[in-house]
Amino acid sequence: MSVRGDYLAGARAVAPVLVGIVPFGLIAGATAVAAGIPPFQAVAMSVIVFAGASQLAAIDLIGRTAPVGVVVLTAVVVNLRLTMYSASIAPYFRGFRAPAKWISAYVLTDQAYALSLTEFRETAPDERSRLWFYLGAATPLWLVWQVATAVGAVLGASVPEGLSLGFAVPLTFLALLFPAIEDRPTAGAALVAGVVAVAGAPLPFNLGLVAAAIAGVAAGTLLEMRAGTFPTTGHVPDDGESA
Amino acid sequence: MTTAYDPRTIWLIILAAGLGTYVLRLSFILLFGRIRQLPPTVEGLLRFVPAAVLAALVVPAVVSLSLTPAPALSFRTGRVLAAVIAALVAWRTGNILATIGVGMAALWGFGALG
Repeated sequence: MSVRGDYLAGARAVAPVLVGIVPFGLIAGATAVAAGIPPFQAVAMSVIVFAGASQLAAIDLIGRTAPVGVVVLTAVVVNLRLTMYSASIAPYFRGFRAPAKWISAYVLTDQAYALSLTEFRETAPDERSRLWFYLGAATPLWLVWQVATAVGAVLGASVPEGLSLGFAVPLTFLALLFPAIEDRPTAGAALVAGVVAVAGAPLPFNLGLVAAAIAGVAAGTLLEMRAGTFPTTGHVPDDGESA
Repeated sequence: MTTAYDPRTIWLIILAAGLGTYVLRLSFILLFGRIRQLPPTVEGLLRFVPAAVLAALVVPAVVSLSLTPAPALSFRTGRVLAAVIAALVAWRTGNILATIGVGMAALWGFGALG
């Protein structure tokens, strides 16, 4: 295992995903400027918050001059799923030094999480560095997101809306979903989460998403309990690597 | 609509939202780092997180529930067909770029048709 090789493996895995976040970043930048946020602050928001759906929600509320507390609360609650990613990926990060943990947390996204978890489940820690593969996937996402928002902020209204470019994001998640469905219980988790997400979509603060994720986890667990296979463990090595 | 907030207030919002989001991201990465071995039950539950969250992100982008006049599923046919085709590509090839490319092409194609 080499730092360079593992970083490049992560970067290769994330390359196609980058295509999907470019339009999303352009939209985030253009929408921010349209809402009256200065371009520099539009980019600063991408650097500091670094979470697309949350930024779009905040931009919308800022544009309507909603109370500051409501804007902040909404932006944070939309990101509650990140807590689940944090818990899910934490066992693989256990051996990292403190600075590596803090940096890894900052660049944690849907895409970096899903790609890394798939890789970690398929490889042993000594054949693939958790830290460098993860950073190889996460840091290009970070860079492309910043550049795309900046370009969107500068182009502003000339980002075309009619092309439905935002649809590239759910398509990316769709591609990441299939490797996550490993067996019947995980398929059940996905199915129930999808249904509850649709039913819960009218809930405020994107809480439908969180409810859906919890329902999905519960469904998968119930399926395994009935089959007598809960808990299925063994994905996570006993000891994290020392990075 | 453009905001009535001055840049100072927007800075406050950005910093608070960023800090709150960072706390969520860092939470369990720090917490589980202090535990020697994760309880098997927790590990067994966490196994379902990727499939559940990703499905919850995808499905509402294609199908939505409308409550008025009566509860009903609403969708745009082009989106559903594009998603179904993209799902087939994702399932058969496992290729992310092909999934995005075919899905977007299908969406535009169905959009052009009607």
